[in-house]
Amino acid sequence: MLEIHDLHASVNGVEILKGIDLRVDAGETHAIMGPNGSGKSTLALVLAGHPAYEVTSGSVSFDGADLLALGPEERARRGLFLSFQHPIEIPGLRLDHFLRAGYNEVRKSRDEDEMDVLKFDRLIRAKAKDIRMDAALTKRSVNEGFSGGEKKRNELLQMAILEPKLRILDEVDSGLDVDALRSVADGINALATPQSATLIVTHYQRILDYVVPDAVHILIDGRIVRSGDKQLAAEIESKGYEPVAEAAGLAPAGGS
Amino acid sequence: MTSKETVRELETQGYKYGWVTDVEEESAPPGLSEDIVRWISAKKEEPEWLLEWRLRAFRHFMKLLEDKQNPTWANVSHPPIDFQAMSYYAAPKPKLELESLDQVDAEILRTYEKLGIPLEEQKRLAGVAVDAIFDSVSVMTTAKDTLAKQGIIFSSVSEAVKEHPELVKKYLGSVVPYSDNFYAALNSAVFSDGSFVYIPPGVRCPLEISTYFRINAEGSGQFERTLIIADKGSYVSYLEGCSAPMRDTNQLHAAVVELITMDDAEIKYATIQNWYPGDADGKGGIYNFVTKRGKCAGANSKISWTQVETGSAITWKYPSVLLQGDNSVGEFYSVALVNGRQQADTGTKMTHIGKNTSSTIISKGISAGHGNNTYRGLVKILPKATGARNFTRCDSLLIGDQCGAHTVPYIEVENPSSSVEHEASTTKVSEEQVFYAQQRGLSAEAAQTLIINGFVRDVVKRLPLEFAVEANRLLELNLEGAVG
Repeated sequence: MLEIHDLHASVNGVEILKGIDLRVDAGETHAIMGPNGSGKSTLALVLAGHPAYEVTSGSVSFDGADLLALGPEERARRGLFLSFQHPIEIPGLRLDHFLRAGYNEVRKSRDEDEMDVLKFDRLIRAKAKDIRMDAALTKRSVNEGFSGGEKKRNELLQMAILEPKLRILDEVDSGLDVDALRSVADGINALATPQSATLIVTHYQRILDYVVPDAVHILIDGRIVRSGDKQLAAEIESKGYEPVAEAAGLAPAGGS
Repeated sequence: MTSKETVRELETQGYKYGWVTDVEEESAPPGLSEDIVRWISAKKEEPEWLLEWRLRAFRHFMKLLEDKQNPTWANVSHPPIDFQAMSYYAAPKPKLELESLDQVDAEILRTYEKLGIPLEEQKRLAGVAVDAIFDSVSVMTTAKDTLAKQGIIFSSVSEAVKEHPELVKKYLGSVVPYSDNFYAALNSAVFSDGSFVYIPPGVRCPLEISTYFRINAEGSGQFERTLIIADKGSYVSYLEGCSAPMRDTNQLHAAVVELITMDDAEIKYATIQNWYPGDADGKGGIYNFVTKRGKCAGANSKISWTQVETGSAITWKYPSVLLQGDNSVGEFYSVALVNGRQQADTGTKMTHIGKNTSSTIISKGISAGHGNNTYRGLVKILPKATGARNFTRCDSLLIGDQCGAHTVPYIEVENPSSSVEHEASTTKVSEEQVFYAQQRGLSAEAAQTLIINGFVRDVVKRLPLEFAVEANRLLELNLEGAVG
């Protein structure tokens, strides 16, 4: 589903990604782990098409299409979803209005009819219930005044509505207590399908106790320096990133 | 549509009302003089008292002009206006005194239909009575008979002068005297037409009353005058819209609107202002210099202004309320959008005179392109206004980094028992917000529209439904291309 080849990207002229290779197939869950500043979030944002990042070389194919040639909204319409590390607030814009507009754009791109307000209201209520989110939040401004947990749950709600093929979850566990973490993880698992794939970007291993990856990749200084199965995550948890970095001839935290 | 019109429509890029109606018009020769004032008054077959009033206003204006008393305090800039270069009257020929549609020029009917205000009986908007003003004259007023059955008077001001001189004489200039300000003096001297509404005691007007102002003639100014009186315990909701052809010269629109509410009466006055804003380089467009004021003369009465200002090269207007009656309420809800080289200096004055009077000001300014937007407001609590309250909220939204937003609130409190609150915010439509929306499948343009609609929601929701839709559409059109 996703094939990244020798991807280099920079922001403000500083190279952050220095040659990423990664392949994720349908039905798989991959974790990208790494210390702060290693380029994890950059990778997530580059895949989603954030305009501040410039891809300097490499290629990415998504479902057979040249992902890098598509605008961010086109990537979303084709089923790429990014759960933001820091979801954005939009004062005055009601969450349900916002989400219905996006949902209908996705439907239109699939030649489906737009969904009317009443049907969508039923859909959003059902999905909110599924992920145990208070439906009253959907009548408030997008993320405005939401707690950290509410923001993450809101990302999950949007994912539930949009039913993406590729789910990129950037630090989905940050700011969550253990109960909230478990219920968000339950939501992630419940929404997974054999046709979808998941890319979990995380600093800590703990989310991987709940959302079990098929593969784990360690990203340090803009490169994947080691890949393995879920045991690798456990190893990082006990020994930290330093041994892996040293083995790759790098200092951790992306700098020396 | 002719090919010439098509080209024009393409050129306007977003301004959909920029065509010219091909109709023969009679205009006053350019220039301002006592003769012109007399000519306009004679044209309208006015009584002597009105001519005298016009002449007093004219002399006052000429004095202000000589003394260089043009207002310069607003945060707008434009070359000096040559008051001798424009024509003060333009009307379609032959002079139309219309009782039936048959006498309205077909071209003019088509114009209003294109503007979305069909005047033919079968096509009219349900629940709305319309006064159609074309350059200096009212060409048609709909639903007059229906309204007359309840004693409601809805006509052009010119007609009201003839049919109800006692009302016009009593109230004209009673809220905005001709000496009020520079442009009010000019308007009082040369005003041509506008709408007149009187709601008798205890009557709730069953229709939305509205006036649509269209500037068509080249080289002329439009000086309309609107007067609305809500007698004791009555209610009326009024809406005005406006548009003008796309031209590369500036045209002056200097209107005066006066509202009066007696005890327990309420007037809701809404404006969707869409005068031609000029091109992207600031060439052409309407100078919209308007004085609007309401007087809550009676106790427990209420005046509410709602405005969506998307057009004009320059907007200079401060719809205000004199809160004279005890417990009276004044409201001002405003959205002002500037794009291209547009300039807006708009806001309100709430003058608390009576006891327990209250006012609410919600202003939403949107600045894009090289636009410059200023909120200017005065909340004045006079010594006898015990228990007066005001709440003000001014929000500014910036799109891009070449535009400006300014907030100039004045607060004068002379009664210690009053309460005045002021909140203000400035935000930017950020790249992050747009990207977030794109990540959910929306285009950058759609994202921006949603963000703007969210920003103005508190104001737009106060408009009647079909006009709220129109207002949102206009905001969208006027911002096309603002986010790259």
